[in-house]
Amino acid sequence: MLKDITLGQYFPGTTLAHRLDPRTKILAVVCYIVAIFNCHSAWAYGLMVLTLVVSARVSKVSAKALLRGLKPVLFIIAFTAVLNLFYTPGTTLWRWGVLNVTHEGVVMAASMIARIALLITGTFLLTYTTSPIQLTDGLENLMGPLKRLHAPVHELAMMMSIALRFIPTLIEETDKIMSAQKARGADFESGGLVQRAKALIPLLVPLFISAFRRADELATAMECRCYHGGEGRTKLHVLHYQTRDYAVLAFYLALAVGVIVLD
Amino acid sequence: MEDIIQVENLTHTYGIGTPFERSAVKNMSLSVRRGELLGLIGHTGSGKSTLIQHLNGLLKPTSGRVLLDGRDIWAEPKKIRDVRFRVGLVFQYPEYQLFEETVYKDISFGPKNKGLTGDALDRRVRESARFAGLDEDKLGKSPFALSGGQKRRVAIAGVIAMEPEVLVLDEPGAGLDPRGREELLEHIRAYHTERGNTVVLVSHSMEEVARYADRIVVLSHGSTLMSGTPREVFARGSELTRAGLDVPQATRIAMELRKRGMDVDPAVYTVEELRDALLAMRKGGAR
Repeated sequence: MLKDITLGQYFPGTTLAHRLDPRTKILAVVCYIVAIFNCHSAWAYGLMVLTLVVSARVSKVSAKALLRGLKPVLFIIAFTAVLNLFYTPGTTLWRWGVLNVTHEGVVMAASMIARIALLITGTFLLTYTTSPIQLTDGLENLMGPLKRLHAPVHELAMMMSIALRFIPTLIEETDKIMSAQKARGADFESGGLVQRAKALIPLLVPLFISAFRRADELATAMECRCYHGGEGRTKLHVLHYQTRDYAVLAFYLALAVGVIVLD
Repeated sequence: MEDIIQVENLTHTYGIGTPFERSAVKNMSLSVRRGELLGLIGHTGSGKSTLIQHLNGLLKPTSGRVLLDGRDIWAEPKKIRDVRFRVGLVFQYPEYQLFEETVYKDISFGPKNKGLTGDALDRRVRESARFAGLDEDKLGKSPFALSGGQKRRVAIAGVIAMEPEVLVLDEPGAGLDPRGREELLEHIRAYHTERGNTVVLVSHSMEEVARYADRIVVLSHGSTLMSGTPREVFARGSELTRAGLDVPQATRIAMELRKRGMDVDPAVYTVEELRDALLAMRKGGAR
C-alpha cells in the first residue's frame, strides 16, 4: 500500500531524458513551471499537456506511473478546486444558501486543477528520470554562484541527497513495521479520527527510533570516510552540457517565453 | 497428522505494472501439519519471507490459495484480523517493532488487540515472557534499555502472548551470538513441546533447522524444491548443494567420506549421529 507512493522515486533507464544533463532537466522543469503559471487560455493548457505527454513518451514513463504520483495530492487538488469554485466572485451560475458558484469560479477551479496536476506530474517526470545523486549534483552546480555569498550550498545539496536517498528506505521501513504491528493485531484502517491517530503510535515510535539510529550510523560512516563538508572536495563525474542539452533547454525556454508573451 | 495450513499454487508478484515487477513466489505448494515443528529453509531470495506473510494474510496472493484448517483465509477479507491472531508471525529483527514504555505493556499489545483484559491478560503476558526466556524483573523496564537479544525475546513474547495456533518465526536467531541463538531456539523448542503448538521456523542455516525441526521444506527460487524429515532431505545432499544451500557440517563430512570410498550413511546430520556412524563403520571393518 505504502509502496504506491512514488515521491522522489527513480526509474532507471537509458532514454534521451535519462541521458540529459541533470541541470538541463532542472532548468527545463523550472521553465515548464513558469509557463504553467502564465497559462490563461485553454490552448496554452493544451500545449502544456502536449509537452508533458511528449516528454513522458520520450522518457518511456507510463501514464499509469505518472498518474499514480498524483494520488497523494488528490486531496489538496480537490480542496483547492472546491475553494476556488465557491469563493471566486463574478457572475452567478448557481446558488444554494450561502453557496455561490460563479462562471469565474468554474474557470478558476478547472485551471487550478490543471495547474497543480501538471506541476506535480511535470516534477515527477524529473525525479522519475534523474537519480537522486544526479539531481543534487545538478542543483549544487546550479546554486554554485551562491557560494560567493557564503551560502552552505554543498551542505544543503548533501542534506537533500541524503533526504531523497532515505525516502524509499523509510517507506520500506514503515511498511515493515506496519506489517509487524498488523501481525500483532494492530488495526490501522478502522475507527474514528482519534482512534486512528492513536493507532499510529505503534508505527511512529519504532519509525522515529530507527530513523535516528540510521542517521547516527550514517554520520559515523561518513566521518570514518573523512567527510568534512564541501571544502576542497572534487567530483568523480563532472557535468558537461551536450548539444542535446542546449536543444532541450532552448525548447523549454521558448515554451515559457512563448506562453508569457502570447497568452 | 492432518494439515493445519495448506498453501496451494501460490504466486505472488511484486510491483505489477512498474519496471520492478518480479515474482517472489511462483506456483508454490506446501502444507504445515498440526503440532509439528516445521523448518522452512531456502537461500536469500528464495521467497521465504514473502511466503510467510501469506500465512497470516499480510500479503494477498496474486493467484493461488492459503487454507487454514481447510478454509481459504481470504474467503472473508473482513475477518483477516482473526487469521492474524491464529497464525502468529514474528518478523526478522522483530526488536525494531517495540514501542511501549515497558516490556510488560509491549507484550500485552497483541492480546489487548485481541480484546483481553485483567487477569487473563496478565497471565498471558507473564507466561509468554517465561516462554521467551525473559526474567520477571525485566517486565517493568523500558524495552529500549535492554540488550539486542533481550529485545528480541520481548518481541517474540509479544507474539506468543496472542496464543496463536501456529507460530511462525522468520530467522529468529539472525544477528545473535551463537550462545544467544542456541538459548533462544531452545526456548522455542520448549514452547513447542510444552504447548504442543505448531511452529514454523524459517532459517537459512541448515544446522539450525536440522537440529530442531521434525520436518523440513526446502524452497528454491520461489517454489518448493523438496520436503521431508531432516534425514530424507539431507540424504539428497548433492541436490541441496546444487540449489545453493549448505548441508550440515556432519552431512558434508559424511558425503566427502563416501566420495573417498568409505561406507558411511550419508543421511546423518548431527555430530552425534556422525560419530555413531563412524564407530559402526569401524566395527564393521574390524570384523
